[in-house]
Amino acid sequence: MTKGALQKIVEEELKNIAPETSPADIGSDEDVREALDIDSMGFLTFITALHRRLNVDVPEKDYAKLFTKRGAVEYLSRKRAKPS
Amino acid sequence: MGEFRMPSLGSDMEKGTLVEWLKKPGDTVRPGDVVAVIETEKGAIEIEAFEAGTFERSLVDIGQTVPVGTPIAVINGGVRPSAPIAAPAAAVPRQAASAPPMAPRIAGPVEGLKVSPAARKLAAERGIDVTQIRGSGPDGSIVFTDVESYAPGVKPTAQAPIPSAPSKEKRATPPDMGMRSIIAAATARSKREIPHYYLSHEVDITRALKWLAKTNTRRTPDERLLPAVLLLKALARALRKHPGFNGFYEENAFRLSDRIHIGVAIAIRGGGLVAPAIHDTDKLSLDDLMERLRDLVTRVRQGRFRSSEISDPTITLTSLGERGVDTVIPVIYPPQVAILGAGTPRKQPMIADGKVRVRDVITLSLAGDHRASDGHSGALFLVAWANLLQHPEEL
Amino acid sequence: MSERAPEQVATTYREAVRAGLREALQREPRAFLMGEDIGRYGGCYAVTKGMLDEFGPERIRDTPLSESGFVGAGIGAAMAGMRPIVEVMTCNFSLLCLDQILNNAATIRHMSGGQFSVPIVIRMATGAGRQLAAQHSHSLEGWYAHIPGIRVLAPATLEDGRGMLWTAMNDPDPVLIFENIMLYNMGGTIDAAAGAVDIDRAVVRRPGRDVSLLTYGGSLWKTLEAAATLKEQGIDAEVIDLRTLRPLDDATIMESVRKTRRAVIVDEGWRSGSISAEIATRIVEQAFWSLDAPITRVCTEEVPIPYPKHLEDAALPSREKIEAAVRKVVGR
Repeated sequence: MTKGALQKIVEEELKNIAPETSPADIGSDEDVREALDIDSMGFLTFITALHRRLNVDVPEKDYAKLFTKRGAVEYLSRKRAKPS
Repeated sequence: MGEFRMPSLGSDMEKGTLVEWLKKPGDTVRPGDVVAVIETEKGAIEIEAFEAGTFERSLVDIGQTVPVGTPIAVINGGVRPSAPIAAPAAAVPRQAASAPPMAPRIAGPVEGLKVSPAARKLAAERGIDVTQIRGSGPDGSIVFTDVESYAPGVKPTAQAPIPSAPSKEKRATPPDMGMRSIIAAATARSKREIPHYYLSHEVDITRALKWLAKTNTRRTPDERLLPAVLLLKALARALRKHPGFNGFYEENAFRLSDRIHIGVAIAIRGGGLVAPAIHDTDKLSLDDLMERLRDLVTRVRQGRFRSSEISDPTITLTSLGERGVDTVIPVIYPPQVAILGAGTPRKQPMIADGKVRVRDVITLSLAGDHRASDGHSGALFLVAWANLLQHPEEL
Repeated sequence: MSERAPEQVATTYREAVRAGLREALQREPRAFLMGEDIGRYGGCYAVTKGMLDEFGPERIRDTPLSESGFVGAGIGAAMAGMRPIVEVMTCNFSLLCLDQILNNAATIRHMSGGQFSVPIVIRMATGAGRQLAAQHSHSLEGWYAHIPGIRVLAPATLEDGRGMLWTAMNDPDPVLIFENIMLYNMGGTIDAAAGAVDIDRAVVRRPGRDVSLLTYGGSLWKTLEAAATLKEQGIDAEVIDLRTLRPLDDATIMESVRKTRRAVIVDEGWRSGSISAEIATRIVEQAFWSLDAPITRVCTEEVPIPYPKHLEDAALPSREKIEAAVRKVVGR
């Protein structure tokens, strides 16, 4: 899966949590929690959705790596290439 | 034949708009079935039947707005007229059910007091006792602006758990002014009638967070727990030992509730918040509690929660989660007598075993109704909550 | 009065009314004027002065002193397809033709099942203030506003004096126009191109927040003066010119009262059973829950209008009485 496709999935799942926002329009290095007003329950929902959709289990200690869109795409791309 | 009426989901609700029928003529209705979705100033709410029967016909069209107490459907077969579940514990006054339709619930004249019609109507809308107001109108009469300035449109703080939710269609838009005035009424009433006292306590939750992290490591994302679950469960357990904070202050007396329904303040995307109850919080396992919380947050953010959930919390918890604020000084939601707050967990130096160490710290706070409890019992309660958090494995 | 830039001309209320009448005769061949002393004498208030020369005796018709006769003739002419504009010297005398107005003009459409209409315009002078004594000074427009089947107008401005007539004449039903005698000499400027105006709506002549002053006709100017003085005292009054007394423009009235929550009605008619009573009742019916103070009225004292100047002035609504009433309802 290309990074472009991953980014699209990340943005779709963020949109599911924050439907009134436009995740595609925020910067790649912005903290999505701040930019889209996502709380801990929302973020857990995001992680859960990525797990379900991409079969990538993000452990809690790695949450911080997915706080930006760029970080999330890099992380997911790496994890899918090399399943741990 | 049973008349299914527009329920009162709080003393501040006057009317509701029918959004959707979930039963059609001929359908069997079981107790607890959601019969309809109504839109109120608090948002879209699913209303339930609590008698069995057969849905015969609706009396109100979709889009129609009717006062509380108006029959909206006929449900046959129940021994008694079927009625929606409403506030078994909160004891919301139901006198509106017998009021003639469309009659505004406006107080009659008070002897010796001149209150203009406009002032009287506004006071009724905001739940204000006009006898407390000084009049500035002709002959000392109380006029509109007197009431307005007595209870200005209070901007709710994030802490004030006021039932309010935009409908799912309107999620993206700011809450309407009707909801704003409801929030204004409830918070103003709280601050006017309830003599609040406040306590706060810094609590070391390093162990709790470690335990949580360890527990979550073994779990897939959909099974993981959030710190809020520990706060809820510990609070419920503390309430068992300190029941004097669990219940309602009504008619000049505090009444204990023998069940513990903790209301959880949930921010609505786009503004406002609600505090629906998780019923029997003390009896749920952490996993069940997490499941309930997840379900509740999801439904609230879709603009759907059940009438029984918003009408009967016995106490409320407002947790700021990761919003970066240390302390919340919350506003009690009447007729409850206490509200607990939890700030953002943070790392800070603490003295433990004679040494300065970096610890995970959270500030827990309590706003108590001084008519129902005192600072001393409040402190014991707050500390009991904090102590329970030290032993997460026992929760 | 309009202050729009394009070509303003100086005029008076009398000239504005005359301009309206001239336009009617010029544009509508079926139109003619009829009344006492309107031809050779030029009208009791000189409104029709010069018109006999311009339009000739066929269209400017002096009548015998018989209101019942010439108003009745006007009704018949209207039913037969003409567009009569009848002048009654003062509304006090209109009681002599009340039977024609109430029992004929107002009822023919109804009683003929819609077969006949009565497109008559009846102009009357109304009001006091010129020491014309009790038989020439009364304000009876409120009475006429009681009658279904007719429309009752009270033009207070140069524009309305000029423009209401054309619209009234084109109404298929009888229209009564009440011109307050104190307005005839009022001067001002008017758009040279001023023409027909609507006869349905009340107009906010001065916007304000604190109290709604509802008035019409000759009282409009006293009320506006009072509002200006009140403004200096910190009371921001809204002034509404009712313009049409039947049918009343409830929407404009209620919108204003809901905003200000207080109403003072200024009416040169007597208080009991007056148009002010009707307006107050409608406010109570439609805007009760918006009220902050009792609805108050400034009306003419319940006496026949006196002849002596000081007594006549004392009997009528005045700027001072309006200001006092307003101060009372706003509690200052």
